Amino acid sequence: MRKITYKEALREALKEEMRRDPTVFLLGEDIGRYWGGAFKVTEGLAEEFGDERVRDTPISENAIIGTAVGAAITGMRPVAEIMFGDLTALAMDQIANQAAKIRYMFGGQINCPLVIRTPFGAGVNIASHHSQSLEAWFMHVPGLYVAAPSTPYDAKGLLKSAIRGNNPVFFCEHKLLYPIQGEVPEEEYTVPFGVADVKKEGADVTVVATLYMVHKALKAAEMLEAEGISVEVVDPRTLTPLDKQTIIKSIKKTGRIIIVSEDCKTAGVSAEIAAVVAEEALDYLDAPIKRVAEPDTPIPFSPPLEKYVISDEKAIIKAVKTVI
Amino acid sequence: MLNLPKDKLAEMLRKMFEIRLFEEKVFELYAQNLVPGTIHLYAGEEAVAVGVCSNLRKDDYITSTHRGHGHCIAKGADLKRTMAEILGKKTGYCKGKGGSMHIADFRIGMLGATAVVGAGIPIAVGAGLSIKLRRTNQVVACFFGEGASNQGTFHEGINMASIWKLPVIFVCENNLYAMGTRQSIVMNIENIADRAIAYCIPGVFVDGNDVLAVYEATEKAVERARKGEGPTLIECKTYRHRGHSRVDPARYRPKEEVAEWLAKDPIKRFKEKLIHTKALSETEIQHIEKEVSVEIEEAVKFAIESPFPEPEEALEDVYA
Repeated sequence: MRKITYKEALREALKEEMRRDPTVFLLGEDIGRYWGGAFKVTEGLAEEFGDERVRDTPISENAIIGTAVGAAITGMRPVAEIMFGDLTALAMDQIANQAAKIRYMFGGQINCPLVIRTPFGAGVNIASHHSQSLEAWFMHVPGLYVAAPSTPYDAKGLLKSAIRGNNPVFFCEHKLLYPIQGEVPEEEYTVPFGVADVKKEGADVTVVATLYMVHKALKAAEMLEAEGISVEVVDPRTLTPLDKQTIIKSIKKTGRIIIVSEDCKTAGVSAEIAAVVAEEALDYLDAPIKRVAEPDTPIPFSPPLEKYVISDEKAIIKAVKTVI
Repeated sequence: MLNLPKDKLAEMLRKMFEIRLFEEKVFELYAQNLVPGTIHLYAGEEAVAVGVCSNLRKDDYITSTHRGHGHCIAKGADLKRTMAEILGKKTGYCKGKGGSMHIADFRIGMLGATAVVGAGIPIAVGAGLSIKLRRTNQVVACFFGEGASNQGTFHEGINMASIWKLPVIFVCENNLYAMGTRQSIVMNIENIADRAIAYCIPGVFVDGNDVLAVYEATEKAVERARKGEGPTLIECKTYRHRGHSRVDPARYRPKEEVAEWLAKDPIKRFKEKLIHTKALSETEIQHIEKEVSVEIEEAVKFAIESPFPEPEEALEDVYA
């Protein structure tokens, strides 16, 4: 099968959906023909679809999302890009109070089919305002779906599902994933929400990992295999809805679980998954739940500092060994 | 000034009565402990909602605020379902999930009331963008208070509507107080309409207690919007008859000021003008008022007799 990057996979999803459905349009800062998006995801799309449908906006995050909400409830399917995940804080009212609640608050009269794409994550030395992982903020908002694809295949399939669905979707990307290559079929496909993917099968321990951490978990698994420890890597792919069953099924097989995510540990993605496991699958566990998450600090700038706060393969291996 | 057809004038007066009598009834029901939560009454500001909405078609959009009953009624919302929503009943527009501050009726283009001050502004801009992309000639009227003009959403939203020439009419209802805070304490400008200069769009202020003045200003703005010439900011100077919300006796307002504004009551003024110009007779006006009060009684009866939602319905409508 052909291999393309995560970035190309996202671009293909946007392109195909825009060709398929004239109500799909994109808006965001610098996404148009002069820049193609800060991470070049939308490069070339303005040339094909025009400046109306690939719309450069002012630097007004709250209004970008608010505008998307207004368009979504009047018959369009906007895909808004927020240049860096940290900047979603500026749009929090429109995301959490408006987009997420508009269907519920008005008694189901209307759907709000919009997608908010944004990159999270550290690893490129751009410090505290451009590096956080805030997925958990959005998991805490009823009414939003939260997607977190780790591979080009999942990125394309989930983005297409997000655009076609009738709910607001918070679509998390990770800066370090954009250049990663993976197999993506030429033919049409979608990836459904709420279905986790077992990225690697194993027998001794389950590692649930999200976004870029999936790749670190897979590398750690490879290294552990060499030592005779068989690791199963489960990628939830969407955090809301969360596929609990696939996680529990894996625990039934392995009896052990490590949860790996890049956000800070307190009340984070790993906390939620750990709580689900504790509530619904404690009896299958032969060892305590172990989390690999980040310390409760903002992301620092200097390379050794940043490296210190972001977990690597070694941290995952260490965690696995404490439960084996 | 009164060159509107008689039917149109009568309809405008009827809508103003509907809002006033509705609000008085809501206040009564609240006193009888039938209204859960809080209420923000629109009484006194009727000329704004009616003056604006009388220019709109059914397929045009409006966005509303936490003081939204008047906007809903002016856009044509059903009185029964509006009242039922305020009482938290299953038959309300939002099945009891929205209440007084969150009423919507998407079938008449009422895109919903938001209780976050200023949050409806970018949503209206988005509806305007959608109109432009879909190439229909609808317009959006976006209601907000003068307090909202200090929110980032006001500046972000108007800027976007201006650069993209969107068919949005920004209607600032300046009732002089943001809760209990006088405009002069939080702004160094007198006219919110002056803020339009910064965005290179027309900014006009009108007597918001004169329904015909509001009508005329809106008519121009709507014409401009439908022609693709972009947005207008209309500031309507008005006054609420009661406090900000149910707990507010509005002691921060000088007695003389209140008396002065009550003398400028928009319904009283419109009635006088209609009689003076012989557009409608006193008897005709009384007839309209009587008909409206019957409708309001029916709405109250419907709302009171309607059942509350089943508790488990709280879990419905989160996702499509």
